[in-house]
Amino acid sequence: MAKKLALIASKGSLDWAYPPFILASTAAALDYEVQIFFTFYGLTLLKKDISDLKVSPLGNPAMPMPVPMPNLAQMLPGMESMATMMMKQKIAKKGVASIETLREACLESGVKLIACQMTVDLFDFKPDDFIEGVEFGGAATFFEFAGASDVNLFI
Amino acid sequence: MEFDKEVDARNLNCPLPILRCKKGLSDMEAEQTLKIMATDPGSVKDFEAFCKQTGHELLQMDEADSVFTFYIKKHINE
Repeated sequence: MAKKLALIASKGSLDWAYPPFILASTAAALDYEVQIFFTFYGLTLLKKDISDLKVSPLGNPAMPMPVPMPNLAQMLPGMESMATMMMKQKIAKKGVASIETLREACLESGVKLIACQMTVDLFDFKPDDFIEGVEFGGAATFFEFAGASDVNLFI
Repeated sequence: MEFDKEVDARNLNCPLPILRCKKGLSDMEAEQTLKIMATDPGSVKDFEAFCKQTGHELLQMDEADSVFTFYIKKHINE
């Protein structure tokens, strides 16, 4: 029987979009059965257009910066866009997959994507905001799969 | 070494070489050999792990000019 991986994706920034999609697509390639439960800001990763994901140096002292910068300066207008632009350039230059590519790989390999119904309601998202194939469910839905999984991770 | 299909995963980073490998193997016959090239240094350990977990056989691994070439024989049961 195939091994199972259950992930919770709770963050919606460009950097934090990577771990769930990398792990899910790789596990699927290793013949795992995979489900990702998207909750709170993680729901952003299920939207049709994810080209506007951002990364912020604010509150993230470990983020490598080209020049050392005091935290206060990082809240200036434009800093987030600049950090995002630089990160995207680096991603392309280093041959790292785009989030779109990894999400596509997940869909192609049958990874099940579940949107947390409660957060969808909380944020007034519409089912139409999300890509096709997304299922909706709650915590009990997550545990139905997670309870029988070999690996469970909260991201 | 002889092979039935070739996949170029050079200049791609983790996990793309593994995803390309899986895709490459998907329409091949059992016992056929896939040649795949990668430049990601992490792919050396990753391809070993991939084969160990999926049952495909890593026949050979070469390195030349920072390019890693793997020859993978498709598992009989897939």
